[in-house]
Parts: sequence; structure tokens; C-alpha cells
Amino acid sequence: MSAFVPELQASPPPTSKRGRRSSLWTWRWSDRLVLLCAWTAGLGLCAIAAAIVIYMGYRGIEYLTPSLLVTRPAISTSQAQTGGILDPLIGTLLLTVIGIALAFPLAVASAIWVAEYGHGGRARQTLARIVESSIEIVAGTPDIVLALFGVAIFQLGILAPLSFRAEGGGVYGRSFIAAGAMMSLIALPPLFVATRDGLRAVPAHMREAAFALGKTRIATIRRVLLPSVRSNIATGVTLSVSRIIGDTAIVVLLLGKTLHIETQGSTPVASLLRGTGSSLTSYVYDNSPAGEGAAPQKAYAAAFVLLLFVLGLNLLVDRIGRSQAQSTGMSGVGGVV
Amino acid sequence: MLDRLRDPWSDSRAELMLGAVSLLVCASVIGMVVFVFARAWPVFEHNGLSWLGPGGSLKTQLANMQATSVNPPASAYHLRAWPIIYGTLLTTGIAVVLGVAIAVLSSIFIVELAPARLRRVAIPVIRLLASVPSVIYGLIAILVLVPFVGNHLITASQKTSVQSSVELTGEGLLVVAVTLTVMITPIMIALICEALAAAPRSWREGAVALGLNPLRAMLAVTLRAIRPAIVAAAVLATARALGEAVMISMASGASFFTPNLSHGAPIFLYEPLRTLASTIIDFSEGIGAPALDSTLYAFAALLLLSAFVLSIGGYLIKLPLRKYQVRA
Repeated sequence: MSAFVPELQASPPPTSKRGRRSSLWTWRWSDRLVLLCAWTAGLGLCAIAAAIVIYMGYRGIEYLTPSLLVTRPAISTSQAQTGGILDPLIGTLLLTVIGIALAFPLAVASAIWVAEYGHGGRARQTLARIVESSIEIVAGTPDIVLALFGVAIFQLGILAPLSFRAEGGGVYGRSFIAAGAMMSLIALPPLFVATRDGLRAVPAHMREAAFALGKTRIATIRRVLLPSVRSNIATGVTLSVSRIIGDTAIVVLLLGKTLHIETQGSTPVASLLRGTGSSLTSYVYDNSPAGEGAAPQKAYAAAFVLLLFVLGLNLLVDRIGRSQAQSTGMSGVGGVV
Repeated sequence: MLDRLRDPWSDSRAELMLGAVSLLVCASVIGMVVFVFARAWPVFEHNGLSWLGPGGSLKTQLANMQATSVNPPASAYHLRAWPIIYGTLLTTGIAVVLGVAIAVLSSIFIVELAPARLRRVAIPVIRLLASVPSVIYGLIAILVLVPFVGNHLITASQKTSVQSSVELTGEGLLVVAVTLTVMITPIMIALICEALAAAPRSWREGAVALGLNPLRAMLAVTLRAIRPAIVAAAVLATARALGEAVMISMASGASFFTPNLSHGAPIFLYEPLRTLASTIIDFSEGIGAPALDSTLYAFAALLLLSAFVLSIGGYLIKLPLRKYQVRA
């Protein structure tokens, strides 16, 4: 075997061992520039996020008092008497409940159909593609377009009982149920994608074992598959909730922008659903210099509460993802939708 | 008999039910497209396609529409919406170009350069940035960035030089573009990081074996291999930037002025503007007047159309890149 004599080199050859970088002095200038830019970009984004959270926290703690959370807002010219944020808070929670209640059955049912029944035959596959494309279209639509669609629908005569009808026959078209219905369209894509990907990730042998024991397809879905994708569904619901509470355009157009929650009529639950109100997001929008009020303190307080909700939901998604990875050994469907 | 009670559904019935629900979802989406275009039709009928072009003052045209109530005359539908289309193109273009650059660099940082501890911090931080509601971005833009630009970056001489046409208050293109960039970058980072992690390691190791340093290997090999993912991320980010209404409505100065390039570099960035989405949300109270109604729906139809065109365009761009076998 002939001995291999390495030639003399001007610089040592770069090592590719993981953890030991090649010496920076052997790199070209353009590479060093890119390195600097990449570090700046990464650290800069982390710094911006920290700045946003810390600034909102600072302002929030400065202006948010616990009494604000339980006092109703009031109209007044002096800052000290404009009351608290109880009605917007209730409005946000109500919208979330309505949105998820409407979106959950639709999303889970469609996802089950697409994942389990959507193959085998050209017709089924085309239909599955159409369903997936529609959900993608909804996911890519801006929220004001969805809000305008809501205005168009809920001003039709047949849907008059869902808001109220003014004298002269015009349908008002703005109510909690109207905004909640559009919120469910917003909540549909994350839930659909999470459930469908979770169902696809279930290994085939689970289904085959159930079939071998004599279970029908719907029984396997109900008893075997759905329980195993519980944490995917939980992640999807959490992502949907964080999208709902962060949405402003639908609330501004479809919720009637009254400061207090106003009910329509006298039947107990339906009057609330037909009523108008505000949510945390529209409250912040109205109280900022861009809206009518010039009450930045209340805007900061409400925005801080909103940010706390979003942080909490993010932590929840992390927790669910980690517990799922521990229990099944598979990494969950995470990521940003 | 108890079996029938426990699992009452038969397979075929269950399949029909689930299929019906899926069709309901499809139907509502198709209904949305149909409704928006149907309500937007009067504007196209009275203006043809020239409503996308310049001409006249958009402010007076919209005020005219708001003033007319039921049965407006045909002249009320007159619309030339170029100022806001120009504003939309400007803000979206700047934000996406800056955003793609920053997102690619940050993704390289997260996947390759960051030490493990920093990476464990950076990933939740990016996810947090992506889920902050746009109204909070708008609040920070108008209460922090606008005074900063207005008081510290715009000089008095710059203000007086354009005083005849527009008043510079700090609300304008610069604040909107910067905030929009920060809003869309985290979405892109998530997609690009996923693609970088999924790209075949052996390609990069081959490059390193041939003598490139690790960063250059990633730039020359992996980055080129994940081009479909970068396209997909850019398409998603553009769709988000086009539809951003609330933040822009708060921080853009809400004026139908078109930022004038001839005013020179820094002043042009300080000028106020309006975009399609922010105009819709600003004029949303006037939805009762039929002329204004169909104008707003026409803007929404334009936004929907651009979302379609974007996804088709993204698909077409990704087609020749399929040979790299990295899924986007």
C-alpha cells in the first residue's frame, strides 16, 4: 500500500466534526458577513419579542388593577370614571365559546371523512381534494373579507331572528351569533389540519387490528382512533382559541360595538346570542388613538390581559406537545398555523 | 340488542353523515366567494376595470358614496381606487422582501448557528411572535413607534419642505412597513426551519467533505434545495400582509395620499397612506349606503382574487423545483 503524503497547505483543512467549527479565519469575508447577519437577525427577533412582552407588561402592570377586571365599562369624559373591562372580557369569552362550539363538530367531522373515507376511487379522492382546498382557501382569506361575508349573510331577511329587525324591515345583522359564526370559520382550519394530520399519523396496524376483531369502520374511528388523537385535537383547539381571541376585524364589523353587552328580546340564552357587545380586541382598538376614545391607559390594560391569554395558550400548546411526545414517543403536530 | 345501542351507526350511514358535513364546509366557502363577488358586481358594472386606475380624488368619491342613500344615481358609483392599491403594493412589497431576507437568516441561525440553549429559547419566542394579535402590534406601533419617528426621525425642515401637499406626523409608510415585517417574519421562519431540518443531511456533508465550511455548505446546498419551501413561505406571508387591516388602520395615518417617490428617500418613507384592507375597516360603518357597500365588497373581491392568484403562482413556481424532492 503506497503511503499517501499530504501536500503542504497554506491553511489547515476545515474539520467537519460536529461541535468543532472550522476556524473563522479561514472563511471568506462574504461568509463572515452572512454569519454576522444571521446572528443579528436571530438575536434581533428574540430581542423584539422580549421588548414587546416587557413593554406591554410594564404598561399593563402600571394601568391594570384587579378592580378593572370586574367593573363594567362606563361612558365618561374623565379617565378615572370610565370603568373597567368586564363586558369586553365576557364578550371575548362568549365569542370563543360560540366559535369553538360551531367549529369543533364541523372540523372534526370533515377531518375524519378526509382522513378515513377520502381514498379509494376517483370520486372520493376528488371530493377530498376539494374539501382540503376549501379549508386552505378559508385559511388564506383575510379576516375582513370573512367579516364582510358575514355582514352579507346576516343582513338577509331569513336570518333576521339572529340579530334584530329594525322598523322599516332592515335587518341589523350584527350580534354575538353573527360574529361567533364567522369566528368559527376562522377557527376551522387549525382544528381541521391538526385532526387530519393526527389521524394520518396513527399507524395502519391499529386500524387493521380493530378490523380483524370485527369492528366496523365507524366503530374503530369512534373507539380506537379518536381517543388516540386526543392531544392533536387539544392542540388544534388551543391554536383555534388563540386565533379567535386575537381577531379584531370580525368583531368590529359584526358585533355592533356597544360598550355594554346589550340583549335583544327576553328569552334567556337567545337574547344574549342576539345581542351586541364588544370584545377585548375591539375595546383596545376603540380606546387607542385610532378609535374614538383617547384612553391609552385602558387600551394598555386590555391589551395586557389579551397578551396574558395568548401567552397562556402558547404555554398550553407547548405542554400538550411535550406530554404527547412523552406518552407516545411520536412528536405531535406542532408548529404555527 | 345492547350492541345496537352501543354502536348505533352503520358504516354507510356514518360515511354519508360525515361526507355531508364536509360538503357543508365546502358549500360555505364557495358561498363566501359567490356572495362577495355578487355584492361587488355594481362597481364593475359602472366602472369597468378602470376603477383600478388613477383619476380624481378617492376621498371625495368615497364621501360621495356615503352621502347617497337608497337608489343612488349612476354617478355615485364612480371610483378610481389606484391610491389604495398603490399603498397595498408598497407596504406588502417592502414587508415581504425584508421579511424573506430576515426569515432566511434567522432560520439559518436557529437551525445551524445557535447553541442548543439559545435554540431552546428562540423557538418558543418565535412562536410567541407569530401568535401576538395584530391589535397589540397596532397599539405598540401607534403609541411607541409613531412618536419616535415623529419626534426624533423627522426633522422640521423635512416637514416644511412637503407642507403644501401633506403633513408628516410619523404615521406612515416606515412604521407600517417595519411592523408588518415583524408580523409576517415568524410565519416564514416556522416553515423554513421545518424545511431546513428536513433537507437531506448527506448533501450538506458531501459539500463539507469537499472543503466548504459549514455555513457556506448550508448556503450553497441546503438553501438551494429548500427553495420550494421558501416560495411557500413567501406566498403565505404575502397573503397575510395583504389582509392586514387593523394594524395598518391604526398606524398608517389614514389618508388617501400616495407616497411620492419624487420627494426623495427619507421623506417618502414618512408619508401617510392607506391600503385596501384598512380602507374597508375604516369605512365599515357606512355599509348601509349601497354605493359604498359594493365598493367595499369590490375591495374584498380584489383581495380574494389576489389570494387565489398568489397560491396558483406559488404552485407554478414550485413546479420546476420539484426535482429537488424536498417537500414544501
